[in-house]
Amino acid sequence: MIDIGYNATLVAIGAGLLGVAAGVIGAFLYFRKRSLMSDAISHATLPGVAIAFLVMVALGGEGRNLVGLLTGAALSSLAGLWLVHWINRNTRLGEDAAIGAILSVFFGFGIVLLTVIQTIGAGRQAGLESFLLGSTAGMLRADAYVIAVGGALALIACLILRRPMTLVSFDAEYAATQGLRPGRVDMAMMTLALAVTVIGLKVVGLILIVALLILPAVAARFWSDRSEVVALLAGVIGGVSGAVGAVISSLAPGLPTGPIIVLVAAALFTVSLILAPTRGVLAGVIAQLRFRHRVHMRQGLLALAHGHRVHEGYTLRLLRRAGLIRADGVATSEGQREAALAAQDERRWTVLRGRPEAATLAAHYDGLTPIDTVLTSDQLTELDRLMKQGSDHGHATIRRAERGRSDG
Amino acid sequence: MGNEFVPLSLPPLLIGCLAALACALPGNFLLLRRQALIGDAISHVVLPGIVVGFLVTGTSSTWPMMLGAAAAAVVAVALIQLVHRVGRIEPGAAMGVVFTTLFAAGVLLLEQSDTSNVHLDVEHALYGNLESLIWLDATGWSSLLDPAALVWLPPELTRMAVVLVLVMLFIGLLWRPLAISTFDEGFARTLGIRVGPLGLALVIVSAIAAVAAFDAVGSIIVIAMFICPPAAARMMTDRLLVQVGWSALFAVASAIIGYVLAGYGPLWLGYSDSVSAAGMIATVSGLILAVAAMFGPVRKGRAA
Repeated sequence: MIDIGYNATLVAIGAGLLGVAAGVIGAFLYFRKRSLMSDAISHATLPGVAIAFLVMVALGGEGRNLVGLLTGAALSSLAGLWLVHWINRNTRLGEDAAIGAILSVFFGFGIVLLTVIQTIGAGRQAGLESFLLGSTAGMLRADAYVIAVGGALALIACLILRRPMTLVSFDAEYAATQGLRPGRVDMAMMTLALAVTVIGLKVVGLILIVALLILPAVAARFWSDRSEVVALLAGVIGGVSGAVGAVISSLAPGLPTGPIIVLVAAALFTVSLILAPTRGVLAGVIAQLRFRHRVHMRQGLLALAHGHRVHEGYTLRLLRRAGLIRADGVATSEGQREAALAAQDERRWTVLRGRPEAATLAAHYDGLTPIDTVLTSDQLTELDRLMKQGSDHGHATIRRAERGRSDG
Repeated sequence: MGNEFVPLSLPPLLIGCLAALACALPGNFLLLRRQALIGDAISHVVLPGIVVGFLVTGTSSTWPMMLGAAAAAVVAVALIQLVHRVGRIEPGAAMGVVFTTLFAAGVLLLEQSDTSNVHLDVEHALYGNLESLIWLDATGWSSLLDPAALVWLPPELTRMAVVLVLVMLFIGLLWRPLAISTFDEGFARTLGIRVGPLGLALVIVSAIAAVAAFDAVGSIIVIAMFICPPAAARMMTDRLLVQVGWSALFAVASAIIGYVLAGYGPLWLGYSDSVSAAGMIATVSGLILAVAAMFGPVRKGRAA
């Protein structure tokens, strides 16, 4: 066990809890296609932090009370959230423009206030810059408690609201019939995102906290199509990123907490992007290669069945490697058998597709799927009987189909 | 008056105006194409770009850093497309994934590398140093005609002017195809306009504007100017040319009013120091947008 000290352990636990909450809530934001909303929320916290500091100083306090600063952050980002909503509803601007406008203006105003604080608080370093990129170095124990407890509370709220948020994410109308108010659930979702952002300010910083709401959710999406699983996985990925990132950053100087947490999450995202089954890049490439293999094999076999020579290089190699043709391009006995089977399969499909009553089954035709994986053996027998019966008609159909294919 | 104004305030004012214009003009098209947040993404990835530019060349001179920033912007756009297409992730989230990751990498690189002897830090990247772009060789208005003094104008001014000309040339020469493809991509295709490369060119020109402006005034102004003036202009008119005109007016107004308020506002209130000009310019552009959003003639869309 690496000994990183009591405070750092508390921060790591807090960052982990925060990461889980951020992952889960981020997944719901992603389902609602509102991931970037968190960008506006986070940038809009800055003026609140600065104003809270100024107010606390004006009241004679020290100005660095974390709870006070975070309350200010929450209030101003609530104002930003409301303004994005207002612009979106009352003007012709889209949500993206509203988000961009609010985040840049609030952030700019926050910077103005920070320079004001630098001016009046000369000699008393406010350290508010640490909210930009997050910093856990020299954190007070009370602050670490605030983060750990806040992370836990946000997580609990996420778990309580899990079902309504899922329902509204996928079918707002159905959710309404179940007695939910989609508008309210949306608002609760945004409030939770806001809570996560505010709690994460000190650890991750306001520029990068948005990453913790986006990366785990997007990474999790690669692994599953089921919303509950995605939300759960996003929580796990977020939690791991938060805790591991906080621990790594406490090991050496010059490893800022926020960026490290984000980079851990980004690494998990990259792994998901590449390795995830079915949706991952690697799986996609393999599926593509396999598809190509099947197409060429099939076309090669059909060519053999019709007595044509195969000229295409890749197909030749495939057939040769499978022992279906000899080096001079003539089919081996096994090749002849396979070719005959492929041709029979194609004929059966042609007949099936010529029968209107079998339209649903015929829809499975893609030139690759063997017909015996679609039809039962009884159906196949029936099909073969039909083929024999209407042999003349059948041949005509096949010929027509083949002509159609060579035209196309 | 001129004795102090010309050396200390004129260059930053001009640079602020040029930067605001260079960002606001392409911002109009980005806004209409629902790519408004591209400016946000670009301004974040500029940081890793300049850090890598610095680490590779070992000098803190402007060109390697600008090249690094421009390269980072192009890489980011390519990565966003990659994540969007290959990963089948919706564009907004794809953008969020890419720019936060690159920004985090930039901050880490900055912390890990020895840049203490260079003026290169995150705060500088955010706020810029508009106030420090002064022209000490000027003695008054007459210096504007004095070649010996003009040589010592801040280089940012020349650079920003060149970039603005480039942006205006791009928009001016490609006005019709840009306008058509912005409003009706399908129709643009039937006219034989190559929509894909044109869209990419727009993003690259925006990136160049962003990088140049970033160097002079920091990333806050960049993001605000890409979005706020065009958004406010959109409330004023339905015609693209008129909108671009309004956006230019709003951009210049934000830059001038913001700079003056930041420099002199605190003095009027009895304080001695000025506040961040970059932040104030962004704030003013937001106020202009707020007024336009409440009273603009076509704020709710086509007035029909």
